[in-house]
Amino acid sequence: MIAETGLAALWLAASLALLQLVLAFVGVKGNKPDLLAAVRPAAVAQGVLTAIAFALLIALFMRSDMSVLLVATNSHSAKPWLYKFAGTWGNHEGSMLLWVTVMGVAGAAVALFERALRRDTHMATLGGQAAISLGFYAFLLFSSNPFARIDPAPADGQGLNPLLQDPGLAFHPPTLYLGYVGLSVAFSFAIGALLTRQVDASFARAMRPWVLGAWVLLTLGITAGSYWAYYELGWGGWWFWDPVENASLMPWLAATALLHSVTVLATRDALRAWTVMLAVVAFSMSMVGTFLVRSGILTSVHAFAVDPTRGSFILGLLALYIGGALALFGWRIGAVREGAPFELVSRETMLVINNLLLTVILGLVLIGTLYPLMTEAFGHKVSVGAPYFDRIAGPIALALMIAMAAGPLVRWRRDQARVVSKRLLIPFGIALLLSSLVSALAWGRIGILPFLGLVIAGSVAVASLAPLWKRNLRRTPLFTYGMVIAHLGCAVSLGGMASDSAFTVEKLVAARPGDTIETAGWQLRFLQIQPLAGDNWTALQADMEVRRNGASVTIHPQSRFFASPPTSTSEAALLTRWDGQLYVVLGEEVEGGRWQLRIWWKPFVTLIWLGGIMIALGGALALLGRERRGWLMKWRARAAA
Amino acid sequence: MKLILLLFALIATPLAAQTALPPAPYADQQLADPALERKAKALMETIRCLTCQSQSIADSNASMAGDMRSQIRERIMAGEQPEAIRAWLIARYGDWVSYEPTAAPILWPLWAAPLVLLGLGVLLLRSRIKRKARS
Repeated sequence: MIAETGLAALWLAASLALLQLVLAFVGVKGNKPDLLAAVRPAAVAQGVLTAIAFALLIALFMRSDMSVLLVATNSHSAKPWLYKFAGTWGNHEGSMLLWVTVMGVAGAAVALFERALRRDTHMATLGGQAAISLGFYAFLLFSSNPFARIDPAPADGQGLNPLLQDPGLAFHPPTLYLGYVGLSVAFSFAIGALLTRQVDASFARAMRPWVLGAWVLLTLGITAGSYWAYYELGWGGWWFWDPVENASLMPWLAATALLHSVTVLATRDALRAWTVMLAVVAFSMSMVGTFLVRSGILTSVHAFAVDPTRGSFILGLLALYIGGALALFGWRIGAVREGAPFELVSRETMLVINNLLLTVILGLVLIGTLYPLMTEAFGHKVSVGAPYFDRIAGPIALALMIAMAAGPLVRWRRDQARVVSKRLLIPFGIALLLSSLVSALAWGRIGILPFLGLVIAGSVAVASLAPLWKRNLRRTPLFTYGMVIAHLGCAVSLGGMASDSAFTVEKLVAARPGDTIETAGWQLRFLQIQPLAGDNWTALQADMEVRRNGASVTIHPQSRFFASPPTSTSEAALLTRWDGQLYVVLGEEVEGGRWQLRIWWKPFVTLIWLGGIMIALGGALALLGRERRGWLMKWRARAAA
Repeated sequence: MKLILLLFALIATPLAAQTALPPAPYADQQLADPALERKAKALMETIRCLTCQSQSIADSNASMAGDMRSQIRERIMAGEQPEAIRAWLIARYGDWVSYEPTAAPILWPLWAAPLVLLGLGVLLLRSRIKRKARS
């Protein structure tokens, strides 16, 4: 009964989306207020229905209802409750239902909370949101029904991929999807504005909080995913340029560019066409990513079950929506007046440089990700991986960091090159100081990119604080703090990346209990190996006493064996200190009672994710600051009246 | 239930150990010379694990990745240059094994992409700002 109710809720939501689409477009076109009055309730009801369907699927997983095909193929009654719960979206159908739910709830939020947008644009935006939702409802209902039954029901399920059985599964996919799919709102805003020809500063001010919100969640989702891969895969890597990671990076790059161009549009009424284009591109990248991951043309831990008809279905949706949006763009953008002009030395120019570099990186990541597919069509299998992306996108990203440091120090409208270079004097001095310091410390031992990374991270960190220099800190607006913290976060993260690739010490040993291993100033005493059993796994655990100087700590790297499906995973032991992380992995037993151990000392590696959190926090503060100012102004206006 | 699982683990461990045959002595053993080890490691990070899902052999548990790591370390120790080893691996397994795209003509557009994109962007930017500065 639960499954059938869920399916009914989905069908109802899909019908409401169709109704919403028709009402919005007929209403806006014919200017019929009575039709438009029903658009917002339809959007809200749709959001509620998708949320109900999703909650029901969670309930089926929690109860381990094996008569539901999806539960039977992806869950197991012996799993801990957290993984029954989070396992709901650890499969193709469940994750697509999460996608549709986020889309529905985001549409409901736009219906309920958007007040700044002109009414006809608001309605057209909701129509756009309904149009894209419809395609994904169709995909879910016709080719990925999460509520399908199986008869007879099996005695127990096939279980969840053990790599996914981690608290990370409860956090990473939902946050990522909130950001990923949240960008659909920006897409719908662009459609709405093109339809009503309202591409102006007030439109940008209305769109900005939605873009910021999605971007914050996307940032958090990517950061969480990176840390999860880092500790779960057991080799100390935190970014693999895996196509699936690229699929989440591309919308982030587009959203970051959009975030900055929408500010130019809101402040100076410039970059109109470009901003609308970016809003279309950002969500298009989300859809391209989903196609790459879900179609099964790429193999990855994210790829779940592979089914070619699904691939063609998503490809069809992609062509329809991206093609449709671009056609609308081409048709209507001629009517959008050029924005205000701007000077060479101005904040606007710096933000255009930011957009240029971000877009070039986005283009390169896209080309690099798709290239192997294209050459395969010509019968030539190639790989494009870390060496390409590091070498090609790395230098551009470093240039972007420098632009990021300088940008906030340049005034809007017009500034003088001489004054700007004076403001950059201190960061430049720091850069010189750092280069000589790093050269003296590690010349010849580290590559050119890590070297530049360290130097640029240090000087950009200082420069990003400069906008607060000589300001009354109590009267500085919250969004300025947001920008400073986000930019500082970029520098912190870059510092962590550069430090990890420059200074990591690796030690591979085969050791016997009783042995002591020394590496990078650490002493590890291998105490013993013992068996251990969890809810649905057994493990061999090494107990190791670790000390640097002073007190010792005991850590427990494990090698886990899961019965359903039969898999083994390694659970790394991580010891976090202020200056880095000790990363210990227990491998297989080798001859002579010795065990293979992999030990890394990674100086300041944690800065990578700390920086990611700072970036998201900065975005959240900026969002709060803008919104609060809006509330304050409204409140004052009301008090005055 | 836990007992059954424990039993399973006891059976599974020796099975897992057997797949490590034939022995690959340098799969997880570093070279004594740190400079050589750095060279070997840098190469491993750019070689694809053929039995995995987009991982390099430097971070894979697969036994084939271990064999390839061992091969690379042994060849580096014997004085071979990393690029020669890469060429040998490519001859054996095809271009697919190298994460670093080769200079094959089919890959020229890939290497040209950054220049083309940056060039286009700068042209666009220059024309815009010039025009705007004049007005």
